[in-house]
Amino acid sequence: MVHFNAEEKASVTSLWGKVIVEEAGGEALGRLLVVYPWTQRFFDNFGNLSSASAIMGNPKVKAHGKKVLTSFGDAIKNMDNLKGAFAKLSELHCDRLHVDPENFKLLGNVLVIILAMHFGKEFTPDMQAAWQKLVAGVANALAHKYH
Amino acid sequence: MVHFTAEEKAVVTSLWNKVNVEEAGGEALGRLLVVYPWTQRFFDNFGNLSSASAIMGNPKVKAHGKKVLTSFGEAIKNMDDLKGTFAKLSELHCDRLHVDPENFKLLGNVLIIVLANHFGKEFTPLVQAAWQKVVAGVATALAYKYH
Repeated sequence: MVHFNAEEKASVTSLWGKVIVEEAGGEALGRLLVVYPWTQRFFDNFGNLSSASAIMGNPKVKAHGKKVLTSFGDAIKNMDNLKGAFAKLSELHCDRLHVDPENFKLLGNVLVIILAMHFGKEFTPDMQAAWQKLVAGVANALAHKYH
Repeated sequence: MVHFTAEEKAVVTSLWNKVNVEEAGGEALGRLLVVYPWTQRFFDNFGNLSSASAIMGNPKVKAHGKKVLTSFGEAIKNMDDLKGTFAKLSELHCDRLHVDPENFKLLGNVLIIVLANHFGKEFTPLVQAAWQKVVAGVATALAYKYH
């Protein structure tokens, strides 16, 4: 089980406090769909995903991105028990959505990239390290109930 | 073999021309050593790597980072033949340096984060997609001669 020290929790939480979940969520999900186009297969009913600008402007992508990142916010409140926090979502992603857990790592990396873009110098190496640990922990937690 | 469209090549090259290789190289290698501390084992003789600030300020890290990223610049001039370009370096990393090829993907991801951090909004989804493709191609090329 991944363990976060007090410093890492403080870093993650302080940056998260400045994130606009609605914008960042849409940005993260949109970039996932652009950069890793095979992920579009999970979003057949989202309408126009035919180009980067279509994807980034697509209202369903933005809405779903917000939903995904809001859930990520729950992780940050439960950094000591990510597996517990994501147990139900893990079952959902396995049993109903059939998402290859490799994609959780991809989304985690995209999120780190967006934070790096947005926060510039504030996204220090230590900040990056804490966030990489978090996204890896979330990816593992989401994969945990797979069978 | 990975294939780049004319658009992808143009996008990668135009961003690369604005990169300060010395700074970005040191930043990328430094962040690799901070975020993925096990990679420090390959740099035993680099002196003080005891904290993020020690690592980021370490002159040997900066010098070697510049060397690594200069070599990356070669990739960008040879995007149609990454395997050929990196054949000798691949042998070196396998036969003499004994670097786990998984680390090439980590460094590639860190480089993307450094670019995103530096270029902000200019690091659009399409720019990100092209660069992810380059770093993946370089990682594959570096692993190619492994046996």
